[in-house]
Amino acid sequence: MTLTVTDLAITRGGIPVLEGLSFTLPAGKALILRGPNGIGKTTLLRTLAGLQPPLHGRIEGAEDQIAYASHSDGLKPTLTVVENLSFWASVFGTQGIQPALDAFALNDLADRHAGNLSAGQKRRLGLARMLVTGRPIWMLDEPTVSLDQNAVKMFADAVRAHLGQGGSALIATHIDLGLDGEVLDVGPNKAKPKPIDDFEGGFL
Amino acid sequence: MIALLLRDLKLAFRAGGGFGLGLAFFLIVTVLVPFSVGPQSSLLSTIAPGVLWLGALLACLLSLDRLLALDWEDGSLDLLATAPLPLEAVVTIKALAHWLTTGLPLVLAAPFLGVLLNLPVPGFSWLVISLLIGTPAMSVIGTFGAALTVGLKRGGLLLSLLVLPLYVPTLIFGAEVARRGATGMETQTPLLMLAGITAATIALLPFASAAVLRINLR
Repeated sequence: MTLTVTDLAITRGGIPVLEGLSFTLPAGKALILRGPNGIGKTTLLRTLAGLQPPLHGRIEGAEDQIAYASHSDGLKPTLTVVENLSFWASVFGTQGIQPALDAFALNDLADRHAGNLSAGQKRRLGLARMLVTGRPIWMLDEPTVSLDQNAVKMFADAVRAHLGQGGSALIATHIDLGLDGEVLDVGPNKAKPKPIDDFEGGFL
Repeated sequence: MIALLLRDLKLAFRAGGGFGLGLAFFLIVTVLVPFSVGPQSSLLSTIAPGVLWLGALLACLLSLDRLLALDWEDGSLDLLATAPLPLEAVVTIKALAHWLTTGLPLVLAAPFLGVLLNLPVPGFSWLVISLLIGTPAMSVIGTFGAALTVGLKRGGLLLSLLVLPLYVPTLIFGAEVARRGATGMETQTPLLMLAGITAATIALLPFASAAVLRINLR
């Protein structure tokens, strides 16, 4: 399942933020989105997820393939961890939330109400939701915010396992996750992919 | 779809959910009316159908701004929009959940509150029938209003202003059914109009709600 983006231009609030964006995201690879705040990373992810239309350009292979994790996790504080995950599993028509609980070490928290979790634990639950969607392309917007080092490793392992199963991931992040793929450097009105080894911002 | 309905019902019944708010408001309004208009039972029985219908309508209005706002704030509306469920189904389920937690309790409570207002005996069944047919339209219209104003800060006021005119036909024909029923008159014409309005809103408005929601999510 390859995601192909050709000459994409996107807008935020009617103002063009990125133009001439072209890249491919093949199965089993990750693409790290990197760029200063406000450059349009979130807008790009929302456009690819189908939440807003592009100004022009083509997006191929995205239809019904994308699981999107935004800044907010969509968790209901009065539902338990299991109820939150089970809900998304049934919405996406998948079975079994146990692998997701295992991958993000949520077994001990299974019966806790999401409102009683810490910010990092909520984030882990939000990321566990990606696993229960069963979608091949993950779009993650700043997934490691409020995660400790251990949880970041957990997350990187989960993404690696996902890539190993033929999935792919587009991740807007400022830290080095050690994934197999490319970095997409997003600058004002331009974007160009390059190998992930050139990553300079690794400070984990 | 069932999962979404069950989740919404669960959220409404758990602590902090909206269940009971509309019902309490309905109760308060109806209990206060005899105090404000005086205890003449003939006057009360004349105005009872209209007061009960108005109370139900305002109680319905009260819970509308939470209908989509909570899902918008915590981001689950974005996630639902990328899920395999069409947004038309999402808004229909939301309206159904709203009716089950707000409209249906009002329908069931109305005959008991009718006693307080000295509603004539033949009016009870017509009151319940008219509310049963009319309240789904209020939930569907309310969902449309909520979709229009989702994401607006302090959208509640705008929501009420947008939705109230759309509620007027339902109120006119619904209260007319109850009034005619209470006085032993023929109810067929207003009942058919009421049912027609409800059927039309259920058939058309989910598409309009989904369309405006798509625009609001951008």
